[in-house]
Amino acid sequence: MTVLENVGKGTIEHLDYVGSLNIQWWATLRAMKQALPFVGNRYRWQATVKQMFEIGVDAMPMVSLMAICTGFILALQGASELRRFGALHYVIDLVAVGFTRELGPLLTAIAVSGRSGSAFAAEIGTMKVTEELDSLRVMALEPLEFVLAPKYLAALIAVPCLSIVSNVFGIVAGGLFMFFSTRLAPLLYFHYVFTSIDLRDVITGLIKSVIFATIIAHVGCLEGFRVRGGPDSVGRSTTSAVVKSTFLVIVADAIFTAIFYFTVKL
Amino acid sequence: MPIISVRDLVVEYDGRRVLNGLNLDIEHGETMVLLGGSGSGKSTLLRQIIGLERPKSGSVHVKGLDITSCSEFEMKKVRRSIGVAFQSAALFNSLTVQDNVALPLREHTRLAPSIIDLVVWMKLAVVGLGNFGKLHPQELSGGMKKRAAVARALALSPEILVLDEPSAGLDPIVAAELDELIVLLKEAFQMTVIVVTHELPSAFRIADRIAMLYQGSFSSVGTKDEIRASQNPRVRQFLDRIPGDMSKLDAVAAYFKNYVSSQEVYP
Repeated sequence: MTVLENVGKGTIEHLDYVGSLNIQWWATLRAMKQALPFVGNRYRWQATVKQMFEIGVDAMPMVSLMAICTGFILALQGASELRRFGALHYVIDLVAVGFTRELGPLLTAIAVSGRSGSAFAAEIGTMKVTEELDSLRVMALEPLEFVLAPKYLAALIAVPCLSIVSNVFGIVAGGLFMFFSTRLAPLLYFHYVFTSIDLRDVITGLIKSVIFATIIAHVGCLEGFRVRGGPDSVGRSTTSAVVKSTFLVIVADAIFTAIFYFTVKL
Repeated sequence: MPIISVRDLVVEYDGRRVLNGLNLDIEHGETMVLLGGSGSGKSTLLRQIIGLERPKSGSVHVKGLDITSCSEFEMKKVRRSIGVAFQSAALFNSLTVQDNVALPLREHTRLAPSIIDLVVWMKLAVVGLGNFGKLHPQELSGGMKKRAAVARALALSPEILVLDEPSAGLDPIVAAELDELIVLLKEAFQMTVIVVTHELPSAFRIADRIAMLYQGSFSSVGTKDEIRASQNPRVRQFLDRIPGDMSKLDAVAAYFKNYVSSQEVYP
């Protein structure tokens, strides 16, 4: 096979993947009404709440700890440079703005991709191998509506909430650093934090986390639906879900940061 | 008019023909057994009949509707009149047995929860699992899982019951019990039953008619007496358990000879 053929085959495979993701996304949006509370199916909403606990509440200790460590690292690294210019108080801006716009949503997305993206792929892949997806279809239940829609809706709610938790813990870690290094009073620290961040920073961060949630839920589930054969294929799809969703999250982050930079004038 | 009618059905996977222009009519209220060896295409035919796959050409009419070309909405309507128990049982492991059986009732009916509980108990009692509803599928034995799958297939009181290899992997006593259950269900509910199997005793116990598949074509279709008396070489080979060519010494030797000659010669 020539190089040209390889490049062509790879391009078609990638386009096919992105196309499948888009088709799945549209189909899920149409099916999602059934997962909503009050207007949808009661059992689907119950499944959504259960998923919210698994994606959000269960991940909270891990995400909080990651945010504290990263907040500390950011403050330490920033301080070592800013101290030379006598601008140590800019550490507050660095941590507050850095977390709300960027690090909070990104850290959360990476943690959720590793925890829940892989779990989606493994769960759906196993359902495929054990004919459970077929048995849903023969019971006139669409797997997209029954399995994917509750997971997607849960991710759309849980991931932004987790991002806010991550922002809070990251900023608290910055405050601890400032307290121990400069004896800055915590209340004063939070006053500076609120003057340095804008509502726009928080909103753009939340928009990103909604996009990350979409990527993680759909890549995880698509990898599960694409399982062919036996249990070994489930293992491969799980790995692939984490790798692809983390990669796509970072690419999407770069694209949306650029869009916000040039349009919202951060 | 037959309840299921298969016409000139051709199925191919990656250019390899699996079903080769099949024609079959299944009458209302009869038990049709699809008999055949591994790879004969019987499970593929079953997946076509329950609308899980679409064929390359040909048609499958279920209750007068061509399910190979109908809309999703029509397909969903037809599916509610078909109950399927898969070979692996395919019960949802995250749900208890009674929740598995209740699932189609909750999704497709507006019955009150107390009525659903009652219906579920009745369906489980019919298959002899009345006291096991609170267990999870992984806590059941192989035979119990299959019976639970039958109970779930019966949940919406379907006109057609489809069973994929019901006795595969079960000991002879449990397999015989399952056969009796199928006969009982058919007599009690007057259902059309389609069973895919390669177990001869089971097939002759439950069948009204048997369709024998060989390499994607029907080698014989008839009542069990007609099949027993058939002189078709493929049917005789299957019924008399005559080994195929690959078990003969000459064939194995020829296979190895071909293999060695197809390899590159070592220097």
